[in-house]
Amino acid sequence: MAKMTIQDKLALLSDAAKYDASCASSGTSKRGSRDGTGLGSTTGSGICHAYAPDGRCISLLKILMTNYCVYDCAYCVNRASSNVLRARFTVDEVVWLTTEFYRRNYIEGLFLSSGIIKSSDYTMEEMVRIAEKLRAGGFRGYVHLKTIPEASPELIERAGLVADRLSINVELPTDASVRSLAPEKDPVGIRKAMGKVRLTKEDYAERSFTGRRRAKFAPAGQSTQMIVGADAADDATILGNASRLYGAYGLKRVYYSAFSPIPDSSAVLPLIDPPLMREHRLYQADWLLRFYDFELGEIVTRDAGGMLDLDVDPKLAWALANRDRFPVDVNRAEKAMLLRVPGFGTKIVDRILKARRQGALGLEDIRRMGGRVKAARAFVTAKGHHPSGALDAADLRARFVKPKQMELF
Amino acid sequence: MYAPRLPRLGTEPAWRDAARRLAAVRPADIDWGWEDADAAFFADPLPEAPTDLTVPKAFPGLVRPLLSERSGRGFALAHALLHRLQAQRGLLSSRADSDVAEAQRIAKEIRRDIHKMHAFLRFREVDAPGPRRAFAAWFEPDHRIEEATADFFVNRFGDMDWRIVTPEVTVTYRDGALDLVATDSLRPEAEDPLEQLWTTYYSNIFNPARLKVDAMRAEMPKKYWRNLPEARAIPDLIAGARAATLKMQQAGPTQPAPQSLRRPARPEPEPAMPDTSPDLFGAPDLPTLAREVEGCTRCPLHAPATQVVFGEGPAAARVMIVGEQPGDREDIAGRPFVGPAGQLFDEVAQAAGLDRGDCYVTNAVKHFKFVQKGKRRIHQKPATSEVNACNWWLGQELRAVDPALVVAMGATALHALTGKGAGLLKRRGGVERTKDGRPVLVTVHPSYLLRLPDPEARARETEAFRRDLARIPDLLAA
Repeated sequence: MAKMTIQDKLALLSDAAKYDASCASSGTSKRGSRDGTGLGSTTGSGICHAYAPDGRCISLLKILMTNYCVYDCAYCVNRASSNVLRARFTVDEVVWLTTEFYRRNYIEGLFLSSGIIKSSDYTMEEMVRIAEKLRAGGFRGYVHLKTIPEASPELIERAGLVADRLSINVELPTDASVRSLAPEKDPVGIRKAMGKVRLTKEDYAERSFTGRRRAKFAPAGQSTQMIVGADAADDATILGNASRLYGAYGLKRVYYSAFSPIPDSSAVLPLIDPPLMREHRLYQADWLLRFYDFELGEIVTRDAGGMLDLDVDPKLAWALANRDRFPVDVNRAEKAMLLRVPGFGTKIVDRILKARRQGALGLEDIRRMGGRVKAARAFVTAKGHHPSGALDAADLRARFVKPKQMELF
Repeated sequence: MYAPRLPRLGTEPAWRDAARRLAAVRPADIDWGWEDADAAFFADPLPEAPTDLTVPKAFPGLVRPLLSERSGRGFALAHALLHRLQAQRGLLSSRADSDVAEAQRIAKEIRRDIHKMHAFLRFREVDAPGPRRAFAAWFEPDHRIEEATADFFVNRFGDMDWRIVTPEVTVTYRDGALDLVATDSLRPEAEDPLEQLWTTYYSNIFNPARLKVDAMRAEMPKKYWRNLPEARAIPDLIAGARAATLKMQQAGPTQPAPQSLRRPARPEPEPAMPDTSPDLFGAPDLPTLAREVEGCTRCPLHAPATQVVFGEGPAAARVMIVGEQPGDREDIAGRPFVGPAGQLFDEVAQAAGLDRGDCYVTNAVKHFKFVQKGKRRIHQKPATSEVNACNWWLGQELRAVDPALVVAMGATALHALTGKGAGLLKRRGGVERTKDGRPVLVTVHPSYLLRLPDPEARARETEAFRRDLARIPDLLAA
């Protein structure tokens, strides 16, 4: 076979990386290069430099170091038994691509993942070497490294000292699914590795007796991803698992990735269209759990078979099922209850709390502040507004459900 | 009638000067505008600025973006807020006010324009006169944001020379010096060989099975496409997406790659009960126990926990310390007594002349039991059934270490060791017997000390705990 060009490799190894949902470049330490000795800066919230036609943000150069892999995970295009073409980037190629793309303002930095070759330690060390070389060359952009769970603690420590974010994918919502679909992966080992990252980060955050911090270890924290729709786990299981992960390992994000058809698939998994709406509802529910003080049991109930409602968002679903808690008076209600009103986000609630000190608010005022009045109106009272019968209307739910569009083919 | 005209560059200081002078003037009596756009006909000279003008902290942040607004409406709005603030100090916090809401809306639009310029500007490499590499970019912002965005690029591309050209302004950064000139320019025709590589990346990172064109266009509107090299690939990517997905689905599963069938099978994990146990009927040694306990599913606690936390210490230890269960930090670290309670234990033990390194430390229950409260894991007392299920392991540890003295810290440990946990505070300080007849010194758990709110009571109880531990050498000698 002819030698692969860097363009061939880029095509192959970015195609293989697209199943990782994360492309975030936010929340890291502030850096810049106005001193003229390096390249790059970081901003608080990150920047999306382009959007692909799948609606997803492109913030980082997201590639695999190699798609050779000794593991045989059924859902993965790079599993050992797949027939895909294989390639491997050299250290210099990744460094060159990252900095040249960065100089042209295409990206915020690098998200490097990899298939596992030879051993976990060998693979991890090669990845760490790439990040170290980037930093040694004066690169101050964002670096996200995928961590190999079985890699030695020394390598994870080295990775955290050059990367902004580390991530280890839990892959699937339950241990049993991991064991059956990713036979070489060990769910306990994955959790231990996430614990190791949390402890190392805490150790580095402690000040020494001179009051100085040792160094910054993964300042943008760690994240993980689980595939949704490849096994039978229900939404209650998925969200319960996610909230445990947030709690135990201090994760910044848990990403849900709808299982989507891959080329050269395995016989174990059916190639359905990815459950995109389910994925979207899981993210919404995840937000309610983390920022709106909802309990898991309120969002997914046994009545609904532990699944989220696909037709309406989880907050609206809760409001519809708990109409006795409404209407909420926007001029009097406390914060916790305002947060439960459909159409009001955390920002709007803060604005309402501030603005109502200056005088009673009507629906039009709330619209001006950015609240989604259409969703809220049946659930609130405001100056000059009372939902009266709307709240009890039998067709209230139907008003929020978009009619299903016919497929075009 | 006043008619201040503001320059294309240096807008902000010029507006500030004019606005200070006009703070007391009614907005209706001022006609704001740009120098280059609309000439003023009847303009009175501006009055002197008052010396005692103050604004709330939030004001500059809200007003700064407004001054980039293209039509000049931003100047008037910013001034109207300044004018009204003199009588109504709390004005800015009222998002329901129509001026404030309008200002917030325009500020948001400008911030978005700035953000999109940070995101969608593309540099192309050009010939460099000096040792630094040189790049140039063309961008068409909606508003007059060149000044507002320049610093972002200075901070980001500090080690290269660059030029950003917009239809109205040219921003040059050379050898660390920034220069802005208001001059009209036309869109250049240029290419960069890297654009092909970038488009390759863009096309391959796209997942055709997840086509969501509206979501893309909401964030990357079409007006930006003509200056984005990768956007040329978009129509083909959209057109081929459904076919690509169907092809994957219809192709169906493939045969495993031949080389994967030849690869060596991975070694089987160690069997749970190794048959190399030194004595089939004797007690297994500690390393064997530690390996076996990892797969323990005797009670439901194993499921949510990170890992089992087994005891640690020398196999020949004469003292065995038993606590309740691992906590949050122990669960993560996989070692007993490393959290806050463990640290307190180490301190007090040292004060009592006891070296933790000489003791075998373990817990009555080997998995962390907790409830999830938001992002925190809150410790829960293990149930009797869980203590009983784990008692098998504690018994194995007792047999393997065979200590001369066991220390029960807290009611759960006392229950696990003696079969009875009630009345701890009455029994503390006493020496009882384990179910298999070993002496057990009864004391409190260090986390009990941590939970005492009253510092005096805590000091008293810590001292009592130290005295309990200090008796250990005597009890060993007896």
